[in-house]
Order: sequence, then structure tokens, then C-alpha cells
Amino acid sequence: MSVKTLTINGKTVTGLAGTSLFNTAWEAGIRIPRLCHIGGLSDIGACRLCLVEIEGRPRLHPACMTEVEEGMVVRTESERLHAHRKLIVELLFAEGNHVCAVCVSNGHCELQDLATSLGIDHVRVAYQHPRRPVDASHARFTLDLNRCVFCRRCMRVCDEVEGAHTLDVAGRGAELRLIADLGQSWGTAESCTSCGKCVQVCPTGALFAKGSAVGEMTKNRAFLQYIVTAREKHEWIRK
Amino acid sequence: MTPEDLNERAAAERARQQGFRERLHCCTAAGCLSCGAEELKRDLTAQVEARALSQQVEVQGTGCLGLCSRGPLVRRASDGAVFHELTPSEAGLLLQPGDAAAEAALAAKRLDTAHPFFAHQQRIVLENAGRVDPERLESYLAADGYSALARAVSELSRQEVLAELRASGLRGRGGAGYPTGVKWELVAKQPGTTKYIVCNADEGDPGAFMDRSVLEGDPHRVLEGMAIAGYAVGANQGYLYVRGEYALAIQRLQGAIRQAEREGLLGPRVLDSAFRFRVDIRIGAGAFVCGEETALIASIEGGRGEPRPRPPYPPEKGLWGQPTLINNVETFANIAPIIRHGGAWFAAIGTERSKGTKVFAVAGKTAHTGLVEVPMGTPLRTIVYEMAGGIADGGRVKAIQTGGPSGGCIPERLLDLPVDYESLVGAGSMMGSGGLIVMDEASCMVDVARYFMEFCRDESCGKCVPCRAGTVQMHQLLERFCAGQAGEHDLALLKELGTLLREASLCGLGQTAPNPVLSVLRYFPEELDQRLHHDAEAAAAAAATEPA
Repeated sequence: MSVKTLTINGKTVTGLAGTSLFNTAWEAGIRIPRLCHIGGLSDIGACRLCLVEIEGRPRLHPACMTEVEEGMVVRTESERLHAHRKLIVELLFAEGNHVCAVCVSNGHCELQDLATSLGIDHVRVAYQHPRRPVDASHARFTLDLNRCVFCRRCMRVCDEVEGAHTLDVAGRGAELRLIADLGQSWGTAESCTSCGKCVQVCPTGALFAKGSAVGEMTKNRAFLQYIVTAREKHEWIRK
Repeated sequence: MTPEDLNERAAAERARQQGFRERLHCCTAAGCLSCGAEELKRDLTAQVEARALSQQVEVQGTGCLGLCSRGPLVRRASDGAVFHELTPSEAGLLLQPGDAAAEAALAAKRLDTAHPFFAHQQRIVLENAGRVDPERLESYLAADGYSALARAVSELSRQEVLAELRASGLRGRGGAGYPTGVKWELVAKQPGTTKYIVCNADEGDPGAFMDRSVLEGDPHRVLEGMAIAGYAVGANQGYLYVRGEYALAIQRLQGAIRQAEREGLLGPRVLDSAFRFRVDIRIGAGAFVCGEETALIASIEGGRGEPRPRPPYPPEKGLWGQPTLINNVETFANIAPIIRHGGAWFAAIGTERSKGTKVFAVAGKTAHTGLVEVPMGTPLRTIVYEMAGGIADGGRVKAIQTGGPSGGCIPERLLDLPVDYESLVGAGSMMGSGGLIVMDEASCMVDVARYFMEFCRDESCGKCVPCRAGTVQMHQLLERFCAGQAGEHDLALLKELGTLLREASLCGLGQTAPNPVLSVLRYFPEELDQRLHHDAEAAAAAAATEPA
């Protein structure tokens, strides 16, 4: 496989053809903010936080879904990108009901971390205070849609890794909602294997294990890498 | 059917048509159907039979005659006269030729076809509208139908078809104006034997009905264009993605596909050649975003109609991961005439960079509304004032809106702009698919922007954050302006959100959603300002009346 040489933030880096800008930057120690991307799952380019500037191209490109090319000159930080990222996170806070003080993921939340790292101290857009349900019908887990940012990691891990495809989205625009099976309560969804992978990949406190109190829900992301690596190397097949 | 059979069938149909003393074409497009065209046609047919004139007079349905605001319309083939708002008894007068009294009675219902509304038109896409019966294949054959496909498969190589198209300078009629010849070549050059042709008939801009008229009035034309595309790029399967609301279009397309397959114009051996081409209809379920090509592909594949980031573009990786050519209805409708008359003929029409004609659906406060097809380069002023007759009650035009929710408003003073892709984009709007809404002095531009933002908010699929959450916020801010409650910071936030949506949204819907607002900021900033000041004054007034 051929190797491409490119420049990210003035630093010369190399990446295998076919790898994304995001992963190449990550290997070079350059961190790009993201929410929907998670290593091991397919990318959808939905959160728009990893948008980067590429010299000679008028548009911004999602780093997670842009492949490296020879001689690319990429900037992952600029005033414009910072402003966009900030406003996107503000929009996310305003869109749902994110109350850190009473959240199981307080202190271990990717949305919270993003806000901190982007220097968000208040939200300029109007809070929507939507009425969103909490589904506690599952025996072990709870889905609190108030905290959902629609990154769809749960959907993808359920479909791509567990193979159950219990979770999906329904509705559109501001009416978007996460559903189990055919829009029934999670506890009655027969396709669910109760594996809990969705809970582990959720960036916020929208999916959590029952019995967690404020700040107690920490998530284990490492499992995903184990599974994906094992799958790629066919480690579960007896040789 | 061989190309020779095709010629014979066409000649036979023409002879049959000439056997009639008179042929009456009743418009059976959706506009006229909604004001009783079907009843009128049935009644007229009954009258013909009652008077034992069936051998002399033919009554047939036909596609859109254009002036939809005056339906039901009937065209008399012998002299090309068009009659409007006919009642069955008045229509009966059409069966009394040479009767001076009848002719005098009809005079009031006769449309002036020398009126600029008709005279300034140049019909290529709509050339068969008003002439061809959309439900009879023979009728289309008599109008040179499928002769372009016959020429392509029997006389031209794939490269020659592509060369004609390239020479024509045709650009995509869906809005963005990508050169069609280049797109076809991109698909043709892709390796592999499985490729697809997709016709985007998910017309969804408010006020636009060009594609619907073509599909309802001349369905075979679109099929022929798709088949020629299939031949040129090496695809054997086409999909027509029609929005579910277009029930009549779907019905006529289904009929047209059946007829064409039965006669060997589509299917395993197209016109007795080695080329095989099949067309299937896919019906949209009512999502505007499915007009975006990647969302449309997802929808055809049976998934949720949501866009994905490009690249890869569909010519490289489209339907089921295969090279896919997507054009809209009007683009495909231009193909047959280009192959029939040659690319050079087409390139002679229009302007330097925009060739051919464009169909506009003129709607709004004008005296005449309906479909017009004009050569590229026609000044907007000609369309609005001469053809559409200006504002109905003698009022003044304030602005026109083109490009629907992705476009913008163009103020009256800029109406001398010619219709071409670059001029409209330069003016902050876009060609779009061809909606043209005329607004008078009473229209509030902020309200127009609010309306289109509401449309985008409701149609956002919800996949990417800027569009999903940003349109909600922008719409609320515009509501504040309309209610006179907005402050300076609201204006700043509106601009910032507009920039975010334009630069960071995943697909065209979000990227262009701020356009109507940006065009108000550009051309009518005083209307936004008035509402700001109004707010300040009201606050001051409230403070003054407060008891000390």
C-alpha cells in the first residue's frame, strides 16, 4: 500500500493511502475535536466538529471522512474553525436538556469536555427545553433522550459490531429521536441482546447502566478496539 | 420494433391524425385537471359521439398548455387557437366550424397566442406539451418520438453520443448547473459493467412544477433521454425517483414504461439492437432532502433518506456503490432534441456559458401565472413584465424569488439580469430548478425569509448538527424580527449562524438554507433594521409611559 506525505498544521506527516485525515492526525499526536467519530465504527460525518481546512479547496472537509492525499496542506485549527466548533457545541447544549449537575456522566462526558476545551462559558443561542422521554424499560440500562446528541454511535455499534441493529433513529430535524426496534419501549425490543455496547460508546449520559448516581457512570471504550482488532485479524477463527 | 418499424408506425399515426377534420387537445395536466379538465374532455367526447363526428373530430388529452391560471384549456390543432376556462356548452361550439355565431361566441374565450406569454417562449423541453397525448405511445411517435434513441443505438457510437452532448453545452437543470456532457463522460469512463442511470424527479421547491408538467405531459420524452444516457455511459438499468405526491405523473410514467417495453423501445433489445435498458420507478415518501443526490441514492437503496458527505461523488460511487449518473427531469427531457438536431443546434441557443432554454414556473402576484420556457439569456424583466404581465392589480413588483429555499430574492432594480447560471448566482440567488415567485410591494421580505427557513427547518433530516439545530435557531430569530422583538445581538447571531450553516452543513440543504436570509441582508437590510428600531422605539415608549 502506498504512503502519502502531507502537512498538518505545518507538521509533515505520513499516512497510508485510504486512511482518514483524522486517524493520520491522531497518529501524529494532533487531536481534532469530534463527537460522532469513534475508532472501530464506520464514519458518518454528522457532528461537523472535525471539519478542517485544506489548502486550495474552498470548502471545509470532515477529517473523519476525508482520505489523505499526497501533498495535502491541512489546518485543523483556525479562528474560523474554532468559531464553528464553539457554535456547534452551543447548539447541542441548547437543543437538548443537558444539566451536568444531575447527570450520571458528569465529569466523564465528551460533550462537557468539548465545551471546556473550546472555552464555552455560556450559550448564546436559545435553549429549546424540548420534552423528551426517558426509557427505563430495559432491565439493565436506561436511555435518557434529554442527554442525547444524535451522534449515532450506539446505532452503529449495535448494527456493525453486535449485529443486532436494535437502535435506530426515527423522525427528522428537530423531531429526530432514537428508537428501539419498531419504536417500542427498549425493554420489549426482542432484537436487543443486552450486550451494553451502546452504553459504553455513548459520549454523554444518554445511555447509562442502571444504578449509577450523579457522576458515577464511567465508560469503557477499550472493548471496541479489542473486538475490531480481533475481527480484522480473524483471531476468533481456529486456525 | 426495429428503427424501420418505428418510422412506419410514426407515419401511420401522422396519416391517421391528418384524416381528422379537427383535433381538439384538452390539457390534462394537474393544473387544468383541478378545474374540471377531465369532465370537459369526457363531455366533449360525448358531444362528438352524439353528433356522429367521431370520424372527423378527435378529442385527446395532452400535456400542460402553460397558462395554468386560466384552465381548463383546450387547443384547436387546425389553427393552433387556445381557449380558456371553457364550460362544456362553450366547448361544444368548437364542433361547429364555419359557424360565425359560434366563432363569435368563442372569441371571448380565445387566448391571444401572440401575447408575449406565448410569443417569447421557445419550446424545446415543452415542445410536445399541448400536442402529444401522454397516454398514447403513437402520439409521441408521430412527434418524432424515440427517433433520437433509434439514431443513437443504430447509427452513433457511445463516443459520438457523448461528443454531441458535450458540444451542446447542456448544463444540469436541477439547479447547480454542472455540465451534463462532463458528468456523462465521468460515468462512461468508470470501469465496471454495472452502472446506473437515475432520474431525479423529486421536485420539491415551493411553487415549482416544471418537472411535474414534463412527466405528466410527455413521459416518453424522459424515458427516451434516460435510455440514450444508458447507451452512452454503458448502463442497463435506470431508476426514476418520483415524489409520492405526483400521483398522476407516476400513473402516466407506469403506463409509458409498459407501452415502451411492450413495443421493444425499452427492455432486453432496445429497438432490435444489442443494447438492453430497463427503467423502474421508485416513489419518494415525502422528504425534500431526497432531492439531494446522495440522499436520493440512500432512499432508492431502501435506507433512510439522508445524505452522506461527498466525495466520493455518485459518478464514481453511487447506487449500491456503482458508478451512477443522476440528472433531473428537465435535463433528460433535453437529450432527445439534442441527439435529433445535433449539439451545435442546441449550442446556438442561449448565452456564452448557459445554453438552451429554461422552463420557469411563474407564480405569485402576476397577472398570468404558469409555465414558460425561455431561451437562456432572456432578461428577468421580460419574463416578469411582458410575459407574466406584471402585478395583477397594477401594483409594483418588489422582488422576485428564484431557486426556492436554496435561492434568494432579487430586487426589482436588478431585473435586467439575464437568465443564466452565473448571473443569478452573482446576484445572490440561483437558477434552482425553475421556481420563480413574484412579490409585490405588500410583501414583507423578512417574512419571506422566515417562511423559507421554516421550510428548511421542517425538511432538515437531522443528521448533521448545524442544519438540525441551526435552522431551528435561525427560524426563531426571524420570528423575533417579524414580531418586532429582535435586538442588535439577534442580528449578529443570525449572521453567525448563517455562516455556520453555509460552511459546516453536510449537504446542500443546510449549506444553502441561509441564502434567503442572506439575500434579505444584502438587498433589503432596511427591512430588518426597521424591526430593530421598532423594538428600540417601543422600549423607549414603554419606558416613557411608565409611572415615575
